Amino acid sequence: MTFRLAAPAAAMLAAALATAAPAPAQDLHFPSLSYRTGPFGAGGIPFADGYSDYLTLMNERDGGIGGVPIRQTECETAYNTEKGVECYEAIKGDSPLILQPLSTGITYQLIPRVTADGIPLHTMGYGRTSAKNGAVFSHIFNYPANYWDGASIAIKHLLDINGGDLSGKKIALVYHNSAYGKEPIRTLEELSEKHGYALSLLPVDSPGQEQKSQWLQIRRDKPDYVLMWGWGVMNPVAIQEAANIRFPMENFIGVWWSGSENDVLPAGAGAHGYKSLAMHGTGMDYPVYADMKQYVIDAGKAAGAGDQVGSVLYSRGMYAAMLAVEAARKAQEIHGTAEITPAMMRDGMEALEITEERMAEIGLPNFGPAFAVSCENHGGPGRGLVQQWDATAKQWNLITDWIESDLEVIDALVAEDSAAYAAEAGITPGCN
Amino acid sequence: MPEQFYFALEVSLNGLMAGIMYALVALGFVLIFKASGIFNYAQGVLALFAALTLVGLQNGQIPFAHLINAVFGTSLHHFGWTLPAVVAIALTAVVMTGLAILIERYILKHLVNQEPIILFMATIGLAYFLEGLGDVMWGAEIKNLDVGLPQGISETIDEVTFNWFGYGFFIDRLDIVATLVAAALVISLMLFSQFTKYGRALRAVADDHQAALSVGISLRFIWVMVWSIAGIVALVAGIMWGSKSGVQFSLSLIALKALPVLMLGGFTSIPGAIVGGLIIGMGEKLFEFFIGPMIGGATENWFAYVLALIFLVFRPQGLFGERIIERV
Repeated sequence: MTFRLAAPAAAMLAAALATAAPAPAQDLHFPSLSYRTGPFGAGGIPFADGYSDYLTLMNERDGGIGGVPIRQTECETAYNTEKGVECYEAIKGDSPLILQPLSTGITYQLIPRVTADGIPLHTMGYGRTSAKNGAVFSHIFNYPANYWDGASIAIKHLLDINGGDLSGKKIALVYHNSAYGKEPIRTLEELSEKHGYALSLLPVDSPGQEQKSQWLQIRRDKPDYVLMWGWGVMNPVAIQEAANIRFPMENFIGVWWSGSENDVLPAGAGAHGYKSLAMHGTGMDYPVYADMKQYVIDAGKAAGAGDQVGSVLYSRGMYAAMLAVEAARKAQEIHGTAEITPAMMRDGMEALEITEERMAEIGLPNFGPAFAVSCENHGGPGRGLVQQWDATAKQWNLITDWIESDLEVIDALVAEDSAAYAAEAGITPGCN
Repeated sequence: MPEQFYFALEVSLNGLMAGIMYALVALGFVLIFKASGIFNYAQGVLALFAALTLVGLQNGQIPFAHLINAVFGTSLHHFGWTLPAVVAIALTAVVMTGLAILIERYILKHLVNQEPIILFMATIGLAYFLEGLGDVMWGAEIKNLDVGLPQGISETIDEVTFNWFGYGFFIDRLDIVATLVAAALVISLMLFSQFTKYGRALRAVADDHQAALSVGISLRFIWVMVWSIAGIVALVAGIMWGSKSGVQFSLSLIALKALPVLMLGGFTSIPGAIVGGLIIGMGEKLFEFFIGPMIGGATENWFAYVLALIFLVFRPQGLFGERIIERV
C-alpha cells in the first residue's frame, strides 16, 4: 500500500521538479542598473547609453550573441544603494546574465547576494578592489583594473616624470568622503613608504559643491602634486577651485572617474592641462562607430540623444558591454550552448581572454588592454593610461602608453583584504 | 605675525564669502515662509530649474526636444540662435514668474487653510515634479553657465595683502560678486517691503493672514508675488552656484546648505538669512581649519548643523526670528 502510493507520488515529484527546473532561455537578459536621474545622473547617463547602444548593435547587426537575441532591461538606481538593492531583488529571478551597477556602494551590498544567488557581478574599475581574488570572490569581477591599480598607476606616472624619484615630494589626495573615495588611501600610504613622498589627505563631503577649505589648504601647503578620487559635482568644482588658486593643472591627476568631459568643461580654459587616468581609449576614431552609426544611431535606436557618443563615459559603457558580450561568447563556447545561464556566464567571465587581434576584429583596436581572466585573477592586468585635457580643442589626449601598476604592492594588499573578507564571510578560498 | 594667523584670517574671510552663497539660497526660503508660513522644500530645485532654463534659453535649446524627438521621430535640438546673458536672465525671470502663477493656481489655491505640514508635503511633491520637468525639458547632461561673471583669485586683494602682511590672501572674484549681488538683493527686498504698496501688503499678510484678507488684500496675488520673487532669488542663487560647478542636478542639494542658515538666522528674517549665512560659513570653515585635521576632516556639512542646533538651544526662534508666544 505504502509502495503503491509512494510510486505515483515520486513520479509527481519528479514531474514537478522537471517543471521547476529553469526553462531554456529564449533570449539573453542583460539588465542595466543605471542612474539617469539625481545628482549623479550626468555621469550615469552616458555610461548607460554606451552600454545599451553596444548591446543594441549586437542585436541589430548580428542578431544577438551566437544567434540568441539580447534582451535589455533597465532599472533606475539614482546612485542610491537602497534602490540598487531593490533593483537587484526585482530582476534576480529573471536570469540576469551579468550586473554592472556603476556604484561602489551598491557593489558592496550586492557582493554577498550575487554570490549566494549565483549571478556574476562586473565592477569595472570600481567596487571592492580585493574582489580581484577570485578564489574568495567567486562571482565578482573587476577587470581590467581597480582602484588600487589606479593609485599605483598615478604614482608610476609621477615617478616617470620625476626621473624615478619621488623622495621629498608632497602629494595630496583630495577624495570623496565615502567608501569609494577612501579606497586608494591604503595603497598610497604603502607606496609613500616605498617611494619616500609625503602624503596628505583632504576629504570632501558628498556631493562636494563646496571645497574652499580643502583648496585653501592646498594653496597654503603647496603640494607638488594633487591626486583626486571624485565623482559627480565634486570633480568640476575641484578643477575650478584648482584653477582659481592657480594650481598647475599638469600636476593635478584624477582617477578615471574624475576624467570625463563633464568634469572639465565647466571650468573652461582653466581646466587646460588637467590629467586623469584612463582604462580605455576615447573618441570616435574606432571602426566600431561606423556600424554603431549605421545600425543604431542613424536607425533611431540609440538609447540617448546621440550627443554623448564617443565621450569618455559613453566609451566606458560601451567597453563594459563589449566585455560582457565577449564573456557571453566565451560561455557559449565552453558550454556548447547559445542559451546560457548566469552560472555559465560566470564561467565565461572567468575564462575570458581579450587579445589585441580580437579588439581589432570588434572594431576597437588599441582601445583597451589585452588580458586574460582566471580564478586567481578576476581583476585583469591592472594597466592604465594617462590622458590630458586640451581645453582649446575640447578633447582628451592620451599622453602615455599603458602603465602597469605595482603588482608587488597591490597583490599583497589584495591577498590581505580578501583573506580578511573570507574569514568574516566564512568562505573557504579555492579555485576549482 | 605668524603665517598661521594670516591663514586663519584668510579662511575666515572665505568662510564669510561662502556664507553669502548659502544665504542667497536661504533668502528664498525666508520670503515664502514669511508670507505664507510654508517651508518650501522645493527652493533648491527652483534654483536648479531656473539655472537650467537660463542656460537653455541662452543656448537656444529647444525645450522638450528629447520628448518631441522620441514621439515624432524628429531630430530637433537647438533653434540655431543664442541669446545675450542679460536677455536670457530677463526671460528666465519671466518663466519663474509664470511658474509662480501656475504653482498658485494648481497647488496653493487648493490648499488654503490646510495644515502647514500639508503645504510642506505639497512642496516636496513640487520639488520632485520640477526636477523631472527640468530633466525632460532641458536634458540631464551638465551644462556650462557663462553669464560673464569673473572667477578666480582677485589679484588686487592678493597683492595688497601681500604688501601689507607678507601673505597674499585668496579671495575668489565670484564670491565678491556674490556678496555685492546679495547686498543689492537684500537692500532691494527691504526697500520693496518698506516703501511700496505691495511690499506693505506682503508684510500685512506675513503678520496676520485673516486681518490682511479683511482689509481687501488678495492672498492669492501675494502668494504669486512672493513665489515670483523667490523664483528670481533662486535664479540668482542658481547663477552663482552654477557658475562654480556647471548646471547639473546636484545643484538642488544646495538647499541642504541653507537649512542650518535658516535654523540659525530665523525663518522669517531677511537680515537673519544673511547673518546666519555669515556665521555658518565662517564657523564651519574655522572648525574645519582648527579641528578638522584632528578628526579626519570633512566636517563642514555636519558642523553647520551642530552650530545651528547650539544656537537653537538658546534661541529656538533663531537669531532674528519672531518669538512665538501662544496663550492657552
